[in-house]
Amino acid sequence: MLATVLGAATKVDIGVFAVSAAIVLSGAIGVVVSGNPVHAALSLVATLFGIAVLFVAQEAHFLAAVQVIVYAGAIVVLFLFVIMLLGVDREEDVDEERLRGQRPMALFLGLLVLGEVLFLGSAQWATGAEGVAGAADAPGENIALLARSIFTRYLLAFEITAVLLVIAVVGAVVLARRPPQEIPEDDEVSA
Amino acid sequence: MNALLAVGDPLFRDGVDFTVVAIVIAKTLLTFAVLMVAVLFMVWFERKVISDMQNRIGPNRAGPWGLLQTLADGIKLFFKEDLLPDRADRAIFRLAPYLSAVPAFLAFAIVPLGGTVTIAGRQTYLQLADPPIGILFLLATSAVAVYGVMLAGWASGSKYPLLGSVRASAQMVSYEAALGLSIAAVVLITGSLSTQDIVQSQGGLLDWNILRLGGLPFAIFLIAATAELNRPPFDLVEAEQELVGGFHTEYSSIRFALFYLAEFMNTVTMSAIVVTLFLGGPVGIDIPVIGKVSPVWFVLKLFVFLFGYVWLRATLPRFRYDQLMDLGWKLLIPASLFWLLVLAGMRVDATYGFAVFFGGLAMAPVLLRAVSIGHDSADVEHSATRRLREVR
Repeated sequence: MLATVLGAATKVDIGVFAVSAAIVLSGAIGVVVSGNPVHAALSLVATLFGIAVLFVAQEAHFLAAVQVIVYAGAIVVLFLFVIMLLGVDREEDVDEERLRGQRPMALFLGLLVLGEVLFLGSAQWATGAEGVAGAADAPGENIALLARSIFTRYLLAFEITAVLLVIAVVGAVVLARRPPQEIPEDDEVSA
Repeated sequence: MNALLAVGDPLFRDGVDFTVVAIVIAKTLLTFAVLMVAVLFMVWFERKVISDMQNRIGPNRAGPWGLLQTLADGIKLFFKEDLLPDRADRAIFRLAPYLSAVPAFLAFAIVPLGGTVTIAGRQTYLQLADPPIGILFLLATSAVAVYGVMLAGWASGSKYPLLGSVRASAQMVSYEAALGLSIAAVVLITGSLSTQDIVQSQGGLLDWNILRLGGLPFAIFLIAATAELNRPPFDLVEAEQELVGGFHTEYSSIRFALFYLAEFMNTVTMSAIVVTLFLGGPVGIDIPVIGKVSPVWFVLKLFVFLFGYVWLRATLPRFRYDQLMDLGWKLLIPASLFWLLVLAGMRVDATYGFAVFFGGLAMAPVLLRAVSIGHDSADVEHSATRRLREVR
C-alpha cells in the first residue's frame, strides 16, 4: 500500500512533506517539553507553519493562508498576550505532574490515535490520488468552491457557528466588565 | 497542477527548466536590490524632507546632498558593540529582529512593478511572485511581523520594551481587521485575489479602485496601514517620552539595524500595496517612450505616498492610546463593514446597493447610541470607583 501512495508522489512532493513533517513534529514536541510558556507558544507557531506548508503542497492555498493569518496571526498572538499580561512567563518544571494520571492517559490516547491513523492509512481508500470533486487548483478556485459549499450545503452549520461566536463575544464582554461596587481592597491605583 | 500554472505567471507555462530557475533567482535578487535601494533612499528622503519642514538643513556631509548618510549609518551600526542584556531570553532576543525583517521583504514579493517583460526568450511578469492567494499573502506576512515586535519587547527582559511591545501588538492586531475589510472590498470588485489581476482590472484612469470603490476603502486602508506600520501619528509603540525607545530599547548594533530596516521596508511595501490595490499599480497614461504599463508610473505613484508618510510625521501629533483604540474599533471597522455590504449590494443590483446604503445610514444612530451608552457606563464605573476610594 505504501508503495502505491509513494508512487503517485514526485520527489519534490516527498521532500516538501519530509521537511514540513519534521518541522510539525519538532514543534509539537517543543510545545510539550519546553518549560517556558513563551517557548511552548512559539513551538506551536512552528507546528502551524509546517501544517500551512502541507496545505500548500495539497494545493489548498486558501486554507494555508487562513491557517497562518488566523492561527499564527491571531490565536497564538492572543496566547502570548495572556502569558505576558498575566506574568506567567517563567520557567516551569516539566517533570512535575500537575494532574494525576495525566501522563498514562495521554500515552493511551496518543497510541489510540496512532493506531487509528495507521489503520486508515493502510486501508484501500488511501490511494494518494488527488481529489476529483472539482478543479480546486485554478487561481481563486479554492475560494469559490469553499464559499459555494459554505453558503449552500453547510449554511446552517455556518450560521450556527457565527451565532456561537457572537454569544462567546458577548459573554467575554460581560465577564470582563466588573460591576462598579466590587473593588478589590489592594487596588494599586488607590494606594 | 498545470491548470494552476497556466493562468499565473507566463514564465511557468512551458514547465520548469534551468532557464526558468535562473530567471526566478535573478528576479529575487533584483527585487531585493530594488527594495534595499528604496530603503536607503527613503531614510535619506525622510530626514531631508523633515528637516526642510522644520527649517533645518539635515544630513549634508556624506556624499552629494548627504545621499550617502544612510550608508554611513549602516556601516557604523555594523561595527558597534552588540549588547545582550543579562535578563534577556537569549534565543528569542536573537530571533526577533529576523521575524521583523524577513516578512517585510516577503510582502514586497507580490507587488507588480510593471507589465510583462521578455528575458532570454521567456515572458514573465515584472513581479517576483504571483501566488493564487495573492493579497492574502500580505495579511499572512503582516501577521508574522507582529511576532517580531512582540517577542523583541518580551525577550529584552525589561519593562519599557515589554510595555511598548504589548501596545504594538494590540495596535497591529486591532487595525488588521479594518485593513482586511478594505482589502476585501477590492477583492470583491476584482473577483480575484491575485495582485496581477487586481492591477489588470484597473486598466483606465476611471477604473482605478480609488474611484470605483467610492474612496472610502482607500481612506480606511491608508489609515489602517499607517497604524500597522507604527508610523506617526500611530507611533505610540516607541513614544520616546513614555517608553524610551519602545520595543527596541535594549537592541543595539546590527540587530537594531534590522528593526530599523524592517520599519522602512514596511513603509515602502505598504505604499506599494496601496498603489497596487487602489491606484492601478504600474498602469498609467499611454504616452510615447514610457508606455501605458511601466515601472515609471509605479515609482511616481509610490513617491507620492512616501512623501505623504513623511509629511504626516512632520505634521501630526501622536494619538492617545484610548483615541487609537476608539478610532480603530468604533469607527474604521464599522465603516468598512458598512461599505463592504454596500459594495456587495451594488454588485447584485443598484436597487439592493441603495437599500443597503440607506438602511446602513438609518442604523448608524443606533450604533452611535450604543457606543455612547458604553462610554457613559464606563464613566459611571470610573466615577463610582473614584467616589468609593475617596470615602475610604
